[in-house]
Amino acid sequence: MAAAEEVAKAAERRDVRDRWLLSAPALLVILLAATGPLLIVLVYSFLTPGAYGDVKWQFSPDAWISVFMERDIFDDTLSLAAAHVTIFWRSIKLAVVTTLATLALGFPTAYFMATRSEKTRDLWLFLITIPFWTNLLIRTFAVLQIIRNEGIINTILLKLGIISAPIQILYTDTAILIGMAYVYLPLMVLPIYASMEKLDFRLVEAGYDLYATRFKVLRKIIFPLVKPGVIAGSILVFIPALGAYVTPVVLGGGKNMMLSNLIELQFGQGRNWPLGSALSITVMVIVMLALLAYVRNAGKSGVRHG
Amino acid sequence: MPDKPDRNAIEVVNVSKIFGSGEGQVAALDKVSVSIRENEFFTLLGPSGCGKTTLLRLIAGFDFPTAGEILLYGQDIAPLPPFKRPVNTVFQSYALFPHMTVADNIGFGLEMLGKPKGEIKARVAEMLKLVKMEALAGRRTAQISGGQQQRVALARALAPQPKVLLLDEPLSALDYKLRKEMQIELKRLQHETGITFIFVTHDQEEALTMSDRIAVMSSGKILQVGSPWDIYDKPAERFVADFIGETNFLTAAISGTGNGKARATLKSGTTIEATVAEGFQPKDNATVVVRPEHAKLTKDKGDLSGTVENIVYFGTDTHIHVQLDGGEAFTVRQQNTRSAGCGFERGDKVGILIGNDAAQVLRD
Repeated sequence: MAAAEEVAKAAERRDVRDRWLLSAPALLVILLAATGPLLIVLVYSFLTPGAYGDVKWQFSPDAWISVFMERDIFDDTLSLAAAHVTIFWRSIKLAVVTTLATLALGFPTAYFMATRSEKTRDLWLFLITIPFWTNLLIRTFAVLQIIRNEGIINTILLKLGIISAPIQILYTDTAILIGMAYVYLPLMVLPIYASMEKLDFRLVEAGYDLYATRFKVLRKIIFPLVKPGVIAGSILVFIPALGAYVTPVVLGGGKNMMLSNLIELQFGQGRNWPLGSALSITVMVIVMLALLAYVRNAGKSGVRHG
Repeated sequence: MPDKPDRNAIEVVNVSKIFGSGEGQVAALDKVSVSIRENEFFTLLGPSGCGKTTLLRLIAGFDFPTAGEILLYGQDIAPLPPFKRPVNTVFQSYALFPHMTVADNIGFGLEMLGKPKGEIKARVAEMLKLVKMEALAGRRTAQISGGQQQRVALARALAPQPKVLLLDEPLSALDYKLRKEMQIELKRLQHETGITFIFVTHDQEEALTMSDRIAVMSSGKILQVGSPWDIYDKPAERFVADFIGETNFLTAAISGTGNGKARATLKSGTTIEATVAEGFQPKDNATVVVRPEHAKLTKDKGDLSGTVENIVYFGTDTHIHVQLDGGEAFTVRQQNTRSAGCGFERGDKVGILIGNDAAQVLRD
């Protein structure tokens, strides 16, 4: 009895050790490639900017102050950094609208895919992933071709006589929204599809049987049950949308600055690495807070799974 | 049953359901007509793939017939979506909503019908009591056993007081003892609520013990409709006789047909009296069925003669398999007593006596 216990314990110890050993390479990469640089960013945010970029190893809270505050050139008084707040606000707004747009487009798409026969489902899944094969920049330029003044949309509308002058879509927030919704749509569809595929459609029939209309079935049965997928998809879209760089530059024309452009500016022309670092961390914190609030809210009104 | 009113709750008129198209076309139901009376416990019985579940789904509204009408108290409901039919279903898998409590599941139908909160609460409490689940009202459906889930599914379907309750093999997932309990429970619920039950099963024993009337189905057709007694004792076709219980098939020369009876001359030369399947005019030769318990084994000469091939003990009775002299097989079921054996041994030359009113001529 005691011997058997010993053997079991030893096996368990060996098991734990093996797991650590096996995951060591991955952990090392995560530590060196993700956590390490983040720590450097954090440290940089408390240093003084160097004259030609880089940092001077001298503590200074200035970068953090200028994330939200502006120092007047003449009398050194601090006021709210209106430009930064505007950029933050625009980025968050666009990320939220992008998330909502991909949800509105992705949910029906996932539903459609999940209700196909098993064979055709794989085909649809394959089609959804096709855009991933192409470089992001190229995809973004493709969108540009469609929405620019001489692009497909405007040409068709002009030919049909619906408009007399091209609609300016390119280089507006709408263009950024269209581009981001297109680029991030698969990230919304795939997790919702994964949830939806597991959904027992007999529950849907049960709902219909119990006098629920199609809309009620969607709201009371399908949506609560695929909520984990909706949450995952929203997170997957919101985070990259908030930090998007290429799409705003190409489709927004860099006219309306977004968070990522602002940060890039600090490391480039701005030569203010500490401010860039402080801004980066601020974005991270915003994302974390937003996600925490979202997940907690969704969990409260929704299902306890498991 | 004289105490049952003669109104029809459901009338299925010439309903066909064809799945697929072109080459892969399958007729799940082929011009089926049947009437189900009000307050009746009606069973659709048949092997898997016979179309019984398809018929149930057409009545529920999950599928729509390719042709034909389905009348609910005279109104054609075939084109209506399921949420517009005063019909509820107990699903084979129960299909309880996993994100709701037991009470919320039961109240769902009423909520969707827009009933006031107070009324829903009262009705849910009543239903919980009816299925004896009061103690578990606040549980999630994943936290209760299979038998309890079954009760919740029943309560959920009964709560909106449907005109007809459809039950799709609801007992098949339960173990034997629980199934027996639920069979009695279902009969009780049907009696107490007075709702018409349409029950689908492939279990002939379940069908015989629970139903007021049974429709036996095969390959998309209804072969025979009748009381359990009719179905068991007066099967019309070979499939019905074979599917329900055990039976012996004999070929016989028929003569003197009339009044639903005929004289059947068996291969052994003996002539016995037999009832004839309804509406059937037998010609010279036909199949006659005799249930094993309606025949008796004797050591003297009987209506048939043969050799004992095998003896199987079943506790309540013994099955004695006899090879007839003509080559056919015949089984006799003999009630057991405590003291003695069955009185026969393998290899014995025996005679078989077929009782009066034991034989039925099949339509075949």
